[in-house]
Amino acid sequence: MLTVDNLSVHYGDAQALDGVSLTVDEGAIVAIVGANGAGKTSLIRTIAGMHRPTAGRIVFGGNDIAGLPSHRVCDLGIGQVAEGRQVFPSLTVSENLDMGAMLPHARPHRAQNRERVLAMFPRLSERLGQAAGTLSGGEQQMLAIGRCLMGEPKLIMFDEPSLGLAPTVVHDVLKTIRDLNTGGMTCVLVEQNVAVSLKIATRAYVLENGRVTLSGSGAELLADERVRQAYLGI
Amino acid sequence: MTAITLNIIVQGILTGLVYGLMALGLSVIFGVMRVVNFAHGEFTVVAMYAAFLLFDMLGVSPLLSLLPIAAAFFFLGYVLQRALVEPFISRAEHEQFILLVGLATVVVNGLLLIFGPDAHPINLPYSFDSYTIGPMFIDKVRVFAALGALAICVALFLFFRYTRTGTAIRACADNLTGAGVVGLNVKQLYAVTFGLGFACIGAAGTLMATIADASPGLAPAYTLLAFVIVIIGGLGSMAGALVGGVLIGISEALAGFYIQPSMKSMFSFALLIIVLVLRPQGLMGRRL
Repeated sequence: MLTVDNLSVHYGDAQALDGVSLTVDEGAIVAIVGANGAGKTSLIRTIAGMHRPTAGRIVFGGNDIAGLPSHRVCDLGIGQVAEGRQVFPSLTVSENLDMGAMLPHARPHRAQNRERVLAMFPRLSERLGQAAGTLSGGEQQMLAIGRCLMGEPKLIMFDEPSLGLAPTVVHDVLKTIRDLNTGGMTCVLVEQNVAVSLKIATRAYVLENGRVTLSGSGAELLADERVRQAYLGI
Repeated sequence: MTAITLNIIVQGILTGLVYGLMALGLSVIFGVMRVVNFAHGEFTVVAMYAAFLLFDMLGVSPLLSLLPIAAAFFFLGYVLQRALVEPFISRAEHEQFILLVGLATVVVNGLLLIFGPDAHPINLPYSFDSYTIGPMFIDKVRVFAALGALAICVALFLFFRYTRTGTAIRACADNLTGAGVVGLNVKQLYAVTFGLGFACIGAAGTLMATIADASPGLAPAYTLLAFVIVIIGGLGSMAGALVGGVLIGISEALAGFYIQPSMKSMFSFALLIIVLVLRPQGLMGRRL
């Protein structure tokens, strides 16, 4: 469904990604694991069209999307639940959801999608008129996921969805991701909680200094000595 | 308070609403894109000349040419943003400054070249008529201009509050990364925003032409005026631009009558300094 081939990204002179290749099959959960600054967020934002790659190809559903602007990439069906949630704090919950449905392909089904999202996150329907900035961290994450679903993505990239959330809420968020995947959604998951993300991943990649150094099924990496030492502290 | 003072204050409020509309354009552009339009007054004067030409050559009243000129200015702003300002959005602030100051210089000298330095008044049949309310005499043209300005401000407010495009523009101002994440077409929304700021200029200039005579010399003064108003009201606050405009209108009218017309800007700047000292974020601005 998504193939990243030899992707490189630079910020000025600094190289953030160096020849990264990976494949995401339809219906999979692909985990991307790595230390801070390894290039995980750069990878997600480059796929999403928010950064322009210096080399390489990103093929989604048969089209090379490398270098397309983010609004075109989103409209092709790549959704993103970004690091730090990135809701619109002074807009209401309802307006935030609407902003997820500005994409030309999703606009006609706004009403159905809104119903579906609110059924999934009943807490949001109690807070529709409230400014998003006044929600708790967990509620904001629900809103970020709901807003993404309003755009009818075929693939969702989650960037650190559990960062800064209370443990019980982390559980809810990961369960939501699993439920979405069970419902057929293809997911890319960047998560600091390496053990959990490898457990639910069908495939995983380890990023170090902008390169893929290891890949395999989630279970394989979970058993790998290097991964256990570097990321699980075992 | 004497009747004459009250009369002057009311006239000041009416003029101030037109100032407020002009400043609103600056505030909208800055609030969303963080670009300061240093050519604001220059384009306001262009709109005054447009209103003058339409009146002088075709006999169209400024109240009729208001919407067509505002629409033309929307288009002008949209194109300017796309062609000229967009490449500078992510550049350093001093580069944006030079771009827009350069544009202002070109515009004002263009006006001098075409129209010369003399003032061009619009003499409407009712230019010197006034309404008598109790002890007050209120200029008819000022009432029309203020009502026009108020109507356009309300329309703009409703647009930002209740339309999807308006909400999307607020979203860009609120969280630009978030706008990229959900796939809003930020470049286009910025161009629409610049267009709306210019529509304010077009409308304000047309209304201004009925109460002041168009001349190129007004341009830098108006840029400064819009700037002062927006800082007094609070950068990025729509209501603040109107409140600031009205305050400046009153202060100019009082100073012009009781002291000397040439000293009215001194009082505007004094007001600016007082606000900056007591409330740096502006009267209705968010805390910095």
